[in-house]
Amino acid sequence: MSNPQQLRYSKEHEWLSDAEGGVATVGITEFAANALGDVVYAQLPEVGDTVTAGETCGELESTKSVSDLYSPVSGEVVESNQDVVDNPALVNTDPFEGGWLFKVRVAQEPGDLLSADEYAKLTAGN
Amino acid sequence: MSNAPRLTALDALHRSLGATMTDFAGWDMPLRYGSERDEHNAVRTKAGLFDLSHMGEITLTGPEAVKVLDYALVGNISTVGVGRARYTHICQEDGGILDDLIVYRLGETEFMVVANASNAQVVLDALTERAAGFDAEVRDDRDAYALIAVQGPQSPGILASLTDADLDGLKYYAGLPGTVAGVPALIARTGYTGEDGFELFVAPEHAVELWQALTKAGEGVGLVPAGLSCRDTLRLEAGMPLYGHELTTSLTPFDAGLGRVVKFEKEGDFVGRAALEAAAERAATNPPRKLVGLVAEGRRVPRAGFSVVVGGQVVGEVTSGAPSPTLGKPIAMAYVDAAHAAPGTSGVGVDIRGTHEPYEVVALPFYKRQK
Repeated sequence: MSNPQQLRYSKEHEWLSDAEGGVATVGITEFAANALGDVVYAQLPEVGDTVTAGETCGELESTKSVSDLYSPVSGEVVESNQDVVDNPALVNTDPFEGGWLFKVRVAQEPGDLLSADEYAKLTAGN
Repeated sequence: MSNAPRLTALDALHRSLGATMTDFAGWDMPLRYGSERDEHNAVRTKAGLFDLSHMGEITLTGPEAVKVLDYALVGNISTVGVGRARYTHICQEDGGILDDLIVYRLGETEFMVVANASNAQVVLDALTERAAGFDAEVRDDRDAYALIAVQGPQSPGILASLTDADLDGLKYYAGLPGTVAGVPALIARTGYTGEDGFELFVAPEHAVELWQALTKAGEGVGLVPAGLSCRDTLRLEAGMPLYGHELTTSLTPFDAGLGRVVKFEKEGDFVGRAALEAAAERAATNPPRKLVGLVAEGRRVPRAGFSVVVGGQVVGEVTSGAPSPTLGKPIAMAYVDAAHAAPGTSGVGVDIRGTHEPYEVVALPFYKRQK
């Protein structure tokens, strides 16, 4: 499993891209997608919602369970991925690209986001 | 005693296949190898290979073995022919279901009872106690067998390439001793997927060899290893009850809509008879909640324990729910008040974390294979 170097990661297994023009993209990692199993339903935050770092902002439902989706940063949601709502399996098949979940205008980010290497260590052995 | 999970004879093989393992009734079992949806679809359209070694086998032998079973279980085991199998229940004195079982008659005086993993000890203890005073022996054979199932439309072809046994003559719910890939096996045409298929009981030391032979024989026809996750969605689509969900000690077979497994006409007394006669009468005069199917109109998945609601009132409870790969929609089994149990009843919803999602009431099963 490889975690893209250019992304940063939360301990709750979300990834965050660098902000372009203040807007960053959020998804869940391949590790998290594998742990969930086939995702069948995604409830994503909607455009205009305010999300808070470390707090629940949606849910991902797989065959066996429901998992809360946390936001790795605080800010305002400017786009959510309709492709994932229509085809939740994208989270499994393409977690770092087509399976992105939402875009957020970053107001504040916590200081504890991990690098790809640090995240790989966190998930090693699991 | 150690709390470490028990491992099947195929444990190392599952790990080498990259299985995601899960604790199930004290066993470390494969949940899935890749995508559970792909495994599910493979079983429906081609074939899947399951390790079911966690199931509990109990052997009864002796001149009065059949009498023990007629007394201990609610079914009429005397009428099961040699080489045939029967689905039945073992009940408490109060009629509550202790477990659902498959009983194979291996000989006139030899039977194998297969219990659910989570109930294997309970069933063993009950059978041992109920056999007291009969000329019969109850033997714990949980360690004597590994159990491998090959299920799906390609399974007869796959198995036929590995055995001389007369598979054409082997009916559904029948079992015969034979040899598969050179390994002695009890070959049973049973399963829990809604598909044609076989369950192979073998000595644990032969399990890896048999699994590998089946894998090779199925290579060209799409056989894949399949885990417990898809086993659950397969049985749910087929409307098959699961102990702990649709069946519990607080329900009698009549409450579960399975009153037909209780055979009052058999000779002699059996454990639970009086309570079950009362339950049958209650069910006839005042219908209990009925087990129905629910199909989601939306995409949110009902889970066991969620309330079924009509007009804001709770009228039932979901016992099992999952996204159905075959229907492409979430489905559930639920016990619902008789007034709302008819297929097509409108206005039925499930409370999913606070919102009432609409569901259609349908007759079970959701899926029936074309024969």
